[in-house]
Amino acid sequence: MSLDLGFWALQGLNALQLSMLLFLLSIGLTVIFGLMHFVNLAHGSLYALGAYFAATLAGFGGYWAGFFLAPVAVAGVGVLLYSGLIRRMRKSGPMAQVLVTFGLIFAMLDLTRLFWGDLALAIEVPEVLGGRVALLGIEYPTYRLFIIALGLAIFAALAFVLGRTQIGAMIRAGVDNDAMAACLGINVERLFFIVFCVGCALAGLAGAVAAPLLSVTPDMGLQILIPTLIVIVIGGLGSLKGAIAGSLIFGFVQTFGAVLAPQLASVLIYALLAAVLVVKPVGLFPAKG
Amino acid sequence: MLELKSIQSGYGETQVLYGLSLEAKAGRVLAILGRNGAGKSTTLKTIMGLLPLKSGEIVYEGKPIATRPFDIAQAGIAYVPETRDIFPSLSVRENLEIAAKRFGRAGADWTMERVLGLFPRLGERLDNGGTQLSGGEQQMLSIARALLMNPRLLILDEPTEGLAPIIVKLIHDKLKELKEAGLSMILVEQNFGFATSLADDVVVVGKGQVVWTGSAADIRANEDVQHEWLGV
Ligand SMILES: Nc1ncnc2c1ncn2[C@@H]1O[C@H](COP(=O)(O)OP(=O)(O)OP(=O)(O)O)[C@@H](O)[C@H]1O
Ligand SMILES: [Mg+2]
Repeated sequence: MSLDLGFWALQGLNALQLSMLLFLLSIGLTVIFGLMHFVNLAHGSLYALGAYFAATLAGFGGYWAGFFLAPVAVAGVGVLLYSGLIRRMRKSGPMAQVLVTFGLIFAMLDLTRLFWGDLALAIEVPEVLGGRVALLGIEYPTYRLFIIALGLAIFAALAFVLGRTQIGAMIRAGVDNDAMAACLGINVERLFFIVFCVGCALAGLAGAVAAPLLSVTPDMGLQILIPTLIVIVIGGLGSLKGAIAGSLIFGFVQTFGAVLAPQLASVLIYALLAAVLVVKPVGLFPAKG
Repeated sequence: MLELKSIQSGYGETQVLYGLSLEAKAGRVLAILGRNGAGKSTTLKTIMGLLPLKSGEIVYEGKPIATRPFDIAQAGIAYVPETRDIFPSLSVRENLEIAAKRFGRAGADWTMERVLGLFPRLGERLDNGGTQLSGGEQQMLSIARALLMNPRLLILDEPTEGLAPIIVKLIHDKLKELKEAGLSMILVEQNFGFATSLADDVVVVGKGQVVWTGSAADIRANEDVQHEWLGV
């Protein structure tokens, strides 16, 4: 193994790409948790659903049909989930919420099997994003760069909305103290619904963009769940900064761990998680200081 | 404008209010006095819908009051809690802006300029984080934020708690201005002089019930009630 500049560039970009996927998933989950104190373990299943929708839609209208419509479809599933289940469980306590949303993972797993079967699906990368780009002395797949750019763009957009707009200030106020926000006439429930739907759409988007990189299988939602939870625990609950920091840490530790110390790779991230929790039990940048 | 009819309320299994009744009249200031733990804050939280009403009735402007804090705020009741509850993740400006409401009250049009005119100190701190303010400034912010909702009824829970005398005086003068402008208020206070100089009507709460009702002038003259229920 030659540890030259090309190696670092390649692994660095791979790490960044993984981080951006994790960011798209964790941001929804963490803000939903911060605002609603609701743990939705089925968030990963929405990612899998996004990939399946994208694969199916790509069959009719090409890659971009999947890219744009899969998040909308997943948000639609989010609306059903919210009105059918989550709204009723708002006051039922964390244990019941964890159990029900955990059960939901398996229900969704079987539903995807029923509709799409057990075989892995594949999506083609669209032509404009095919091929490779010369960068930092290596040839890097254009599609992966696209994911990095997309993640950064979404991060920037969310930072703007959360940090600079009225609705963003209301969301932060709701995360800080939902009872007081309601006393100021803010409809926290509606805010919560909007955030939930946006979170679902982003999970669907993550699934749609990840689909061409990996094979689409029913259990992909379950596999991504643990990394996503680690990201939000490291980053601290409820904050954008926490989600991006946690995602970057996970992406880099995971990627470089796998190539530099393959024997340790699988425990490295857990060791880091434990270390963060010892030093800062609430995570690095929790919304509530 | 707001009437509590024999309300019972509390925290989970712990009952705190045992059939408390009182009335706040439009255009007047009602002070709720009582010792620590008497149930004053619990009364206000129940009005705001933060605690469920177990029995009894709360009538606001002739109709049963809404149950959710959001609807109660929309109906024109603004709340300045004992803990002030400034949002730490928001700047002073954002703390004010998210409350600035189009609840559209005829005659009461509080704007950013107007509240900053009332509390000029806040104008110098607009870009600070909400919790970087001193206790007195946080209290001003909490009151300013409530006013921006253009309330018909302003509810204040111990606005002078822990503040220096000079700030207490300032808050007193500002609330007096609001009263003279015709704003209805309910004021919970430990500071007897402060409360009775602002209030028109007074109720004294002891052990979750109203034990005395009268005017501010009456209670100032009534040392027995002061001794028995307030320890003044
Ligand atoms: N969150 C809570 N859970 C359980 N009991 C509570 C809670 N908050 C207050 N209590 C109890 O309810 C009773 C009344 O409290 P409340 O806060 O209404 O008193 P208060 O009249 O506002 O007193 P103070 O002047 O000290 O603010 C007290 O006995 C208190 O211990
Ligand atoms: Mg109190």
